[in-house]
Amino acid sequence: MRVVNLSKAVALTATLVWAAGCSTTSTTTDAAGAAGAGGDTPASGVSTYGVSGGRIDATTVTAEDLKQLRSVFYFDFDKAVVHQEDLADLEAHARYLSQNPSASVRLEGHADERGTREYNMALGERRARAVERLLVVNGAGDAQVESISFGEEKPAVLGHSPDAWSKNRRVELIYQSK
Amino acid sequence: MVRIRQLLTALTLLLLAQLAQAELMVEVTQGVEAPTPVAVVPFGNETGSALAEDLARVVDQDLERSGFFATMARENMLSFPTKREDLYFRDWRVSNMDYVVIGRIESSPAGQLSVGFELYDVLREQRLLAEQVSATASSLRDAAHYIADRVFEQLTGLKGAFATKIVYVTAERLGDGKQRYRLQLADWDGARAQTILESSQPIMSPAWSMDGSKLAYVSFETGRPAIYVQYLASGKRERIQSFPGLNGAPAWSPDGNRLALVLSRDGNPEIYLLDLTTRQLQRLTQHYAIDTEPAWAPDGRSLIFTSDRGGQPQIYRLGLEDRTLERLTFDGNYNARGRLTQDGRFLAMVHRSRGGGNDFDIAVQDLKTGRLDIITRSGMAESPSIAPNGSVVIYATQEGTRGVLAASSLDGRVQFRMPVERGDVREPAWSPYLR
Repeated sequence: MRVVNLSKAVALTATLVWAAGCSTTSTTTDAAGAAGAGGDTPASGVSTYGVSGGRIDATTVTAEDLKQLRSVFYFDFDKAVVHQEDLADLEAHARYLSQNPSASVRLEGHADERGTREYNMALGERRARAVERLLVVNGAGDAQVESISFGEEKPAVLGHSPDAWSKNRRVELIYQSK
Repeated sequence: MVRIRQLLTALTLLLLAQLAQAELMVEVTQGVEAPTPVAVVPFGNETGSALAEDLARVVDQDLERSGFFATMARENMLSFPTKREDLYFRDWRVSNMDYVVIGRIESSPAGQLSVGFELYDVLREQRLLAEQVSATASSLRDAAHYIADRVFEQLTGLKGAFATKIVYVTAERLGDGKQRYRLQLADWDGARAQTILESSQPIMSPAWSMDGSKLAYVSFETGRPAIYVQYLASGKRERIQSFPGLNGAPAWSPDGNRLALVLSRDGNPEIYLLDLTTRQLQRLTQHYAIDTEPAWAPDGRSLIFTSDRGGQPQIYRLGLEDRTLERLTFDGNYNARGRLTQDGRFLAMVHRSRGGGNDFDIAVQDLKTGRLDIITRSGMAESPSIAPNGSVVIYATQEGTRGVLAASSLDGRVQFRMPVERGDVREPAWSPYLR
């Protein structure tokens, strides 16, 4: 969904950051500081490459490159804050979109089963919109990104364990056209 | 507290389904102290042909499952009176019964049936009720629920809810990675379940109109959540105007003229009122937080809703005339999906207690005193819906890997479980009193 008003978006992002208790979350992090798929160490000049994602150095992102990028992004419980390690791939998606004006993506936001269903619809949407803002701020056009929430209605993993829950708190980025 | 005890034992939630087609079967899992002994004697069939229902069995189970009564097993009955002349009070006194119900079914003109029933006080040897109920062969079950209501009301002073209905959503996983979702309508006891909507996409948030004629619900059949209003009698439905983003949590005003609902068209989830006559939309909340799950106060003058404007989900009340906002819940760090009893006094909700970790249970708050009682113990309870006589709360929970429905008296003392035969069951919604 479109963010009608950028200052509102910034205010909301700031609020989410505050709520999450994070000290900083920037939507334009230097890609060199982002860790790879399994990484949890801060920037040390070394980049790791996970199986599910690579870092795209080149300015141009090709459709082939997209296959290297993550398309599912995970979140902490009751939070809609994009993880640091996802920023590089999302920026790459954004670059692809800005370079290919006829491309479009659908962001599908989800929540785990805990808590109430309609609140989880709102949480799923909040997550999708957090990713949408990131894409737009990094060059994607408003019209190229659509956010939709499925709440807890479409889990990726069935089960009642923290492991299952962690895999359901996600946003899926699905290209409608490339 | 005595009143609460009465209230809690009052409601009949779920019965053992008699029909093979019924999806829900009920088990009473916890008794109540000193239930009143009642014998419901098999009704005499004077119609000359077999009947599709064992009326006395339905009455018996309604009363038994309410938790308020202990009914007598047929094999222990010393006699089977169907009329006053055949009734010997001694037979029931020696069996320690306080009350006995007898009845008979006769044919009446134009292919109808007439059910006569009587309720007697065994100790005083006094008749308390005598009525004739007309029925058809296919509405015998309704006649039985009516009789159970009358007996219940006579003996408890509370309005019975045996003739009410529930709707709920089922989700089945079909072999090829597909799902089948159904919106089901059943008697309160799970009998006579019928599908009123079937879809390959999720269905959510069913809500009864206060006159019992319509349901609103959320369907994803277009690929996005949208709100529909469906007329139960005809099955006809219309899609309420949908907007980009969320369309959710429909709630009928008590007068049926407006729907409260949630839209995120203005940037984040907010509560709106849709006037169903003029189709005008009115925005009620104005906050960057999540505002969702509206429910009407029974007088129609305020709405309660869930908001995380304080950091985490809590329940608030918004006055519709003066737009005053009042926070209602302060106990615990997650309170959501509030529903009020018909007298507006008690608030049932999904509650996560501070030390609860991942435990979500149903809690009931007395809005007069502020006292909060947690009435479920499963740790995975959601979607509470309160019976129209306020004494029982039905909710969705998990049993093993499956979603099932369960119910609790308002104070948590009497628990009922409904094992389901297939799929996951969720999102129950209790009807209002029906004609």
